[in-house]
Amino acid sequence: MPVTTIDGHQITVDTEGFMTDYAEWDEPLGASLAAQIGIALSDQHWEAIRFLRKDFAVKGETPTLRRVSVVGAIPTKTLFQLFPQKPAKKMAYIAGLPKPHGCV
Amino acid sequence: MKKRLVVLGAGTAGTMVVNRLRPLLPAQDWDITVVDRDDEHRYQPGYLFLPFGTYTEKQVTRPRHTVLADGVDFMIGDVDVIHPETNVVALMDGRVLTYEYLVIASGTSPRPDQTPGMLGEQWRRSIFDFYTYDGAVALREALKGFDHGRLVVHITDMPIKCPVAPLEFTFLAEAWLREHGLRDRVELVFVTPLPGAFTKPIASARLGSMLEERKIVLEADFLLEHIDAETKTLVSYDEREVPFDLLVTVPLNMGADFVARSGLGDELNYVPVDKHTLLSTAHDTIFAVGDACDIPASKAGSVAHFSVEIFADNFLQHIAGQPMTGSFDGHTNCFIESGDHKGLLIDFNYDTEPLPGKFPLPVIGPMDLLKETRANHLGKLAFRWIYWNVLLPGRPMPLPSHMSMLGKSTDDLSKNEE
Ligand SMILES: Cc1cc2nc3c(=O)[nH]c(=O)nc-3n(C[C@H](O)[C@H](O)[C@H](O)COP(=O)(O)OP(=O)(O)OC[C@H]3O[C@@H](n4cnc5c(N)ncnc54)[C@H](O)[C@@H]3O)c2cc1C
Repeated sequence: MPVTTIDGHQITVDTEGFMTDYAEWDEPLGASLAAQIGIALSDQHWEAIRFLRKDFAVKGETPTLRRVSVVGAIPTKTLFQLFPQKPAKKMAYIAGLPKPHGCV
Repeated sequence: MKKRLVVLGAGTAGTMVVNRLRPLLPAQDWDITVVDRDDEHRYQPGYLFLPFGTYTEKQVTRPRHTVLADGVDFMIGDVDVIHPETNVVALMDGRVLTYEYLVIASGTSPRPDQTPGMLGEQWRRSIFDFYTYDGAVALREALKGFDHGRLVVHITDMPIKCPVAPLEFTFLAEAWLREHGLRDRVELVFVTPLPGAFTKPIASARLGSMLEERKIVLEADFLLEHIDAETKTLVSYDEREVPFDLLVTVPLNMGADFVARSGLGDELNYVPVDKHTLLSTAHDTIFAVGDACDIPASKAGSVAHFSVEIFADNFLQHIAGQPMTGSFDGHTNCFIESGDHKGLLIDFNYDTEPLPGKFPLPVIGPMDLLKETRANHLGKLAFRWIYWNVLLPGRPMPLPSHMSMLGKSTDDLSKNEE
């Protein structure tokens, strides 16, 4: 796995740049990752990112958009506004979680 | 005191569970009761062929009681709720069943009610699904009168059962239009929430180029928000629009509502289980098998089959108070119809994506993986016979439950990782 440095944080990532170690992430790093893909994190963004982190800790998997909307109570429409075009991928990237595997 | 195993759902998985366990559980100690809404067992893979008139209604239906082993009590009723704390199942008509062990095998079903605008005056007029028996039959009638315009095949959201079926339908529709001299008059569009034709990279690339060869437009990353029935348009969350004349959609798939009412489901009413043993993560008297559980494998009859084989032996250990030693690896094996009497075959599990190569099977012989051949099409057709005569009765299949890497080419895999 490649190691890369973002804003002074040394992190391990996969070939697409998704972080592979849950423990290497913290919120300042999340903000740096968001900046990499052109997103400035508002409170609303953070609500989604924190839900992803919390849910992953329990389920061991990156939650789907449907799970974020049903369990995390953030409407899908809002997620598309906050993280345009590819919300599932972008949220996972910022939250330092594996790319959601589009199911099977 | 006799003990009782209750199985909810007598579809593919529930039928295999009771048929495999009946000879293994002594009749003087164990009652086995299976509950379903009606007495009609449908061969769902046949729904793919109903719209094109390849199969008749009769070929996809048998009475449930005829495919259940002797010594299994079959109850017709609608499940209302499970009370896991007291080991009780209540049916809608007020009857109650107590159990020592419970197997939830209630599958997943299409839910057009979950998308605004899907059910309404265009439903079964210009909007169809083929994931239900009624839908597939209604679509057959609609296709008879369809001779030009935009035919849109669409997946609402993942996961769906048999994730390749919408692609197969698209390939079959393309071949059907050609056969009927209509291909030039019809624009064919495949709309999916996935970034490509399929979920797994190597298979997705192969299937994507098959869409291109057939001049089928791929509209990817499209997550449906609502259908505008008046203008006959699909509208996504990011405000893209896909107009249609005839829509063949796969509505959101969800597990049974009684799972949610019983507090046993996730956001799509699937029961969280250990992915290797299918034991509920919340209750050690409850298992969930087949499409009803949340394992990260395809929701397919083949998965139900491979997992039930492992489940049956595990179950005997579990009720004897021993640790379960069998471990399901997510083995999936699917034939994919591609039209013109050809098909592909894919074989994969939790850890390994579908790869090209040969599929070595005793009896059936070598088949080509991820490649269109006539043998694979014949395999798909043979599957119906195997389903009724080998799978459901719980007879041994000439297929290993665990996936094998024999005959597979990993070249593409290493290329992919570069
Ligand atoms: C169009 C199509 C094509 C397919 N093609 C293939 C293929 O080629 N290969 C393959 O392997 N798989 C295929 N499948 C998938 C396969 O049919 C399913 O994965 C399989 O049937 C799952 O079995 P199951 O027992 O989990 O669910 P089901 O067979 O759906 O059974 C669930 C049962 O539970 C009952 N039930 C639900 N709720 C209640 C309630 N409240 N009370 C009482 N009973 C209830 C239902 O009536 C049903 O009988 C296809 C499916 C479709 C729709």
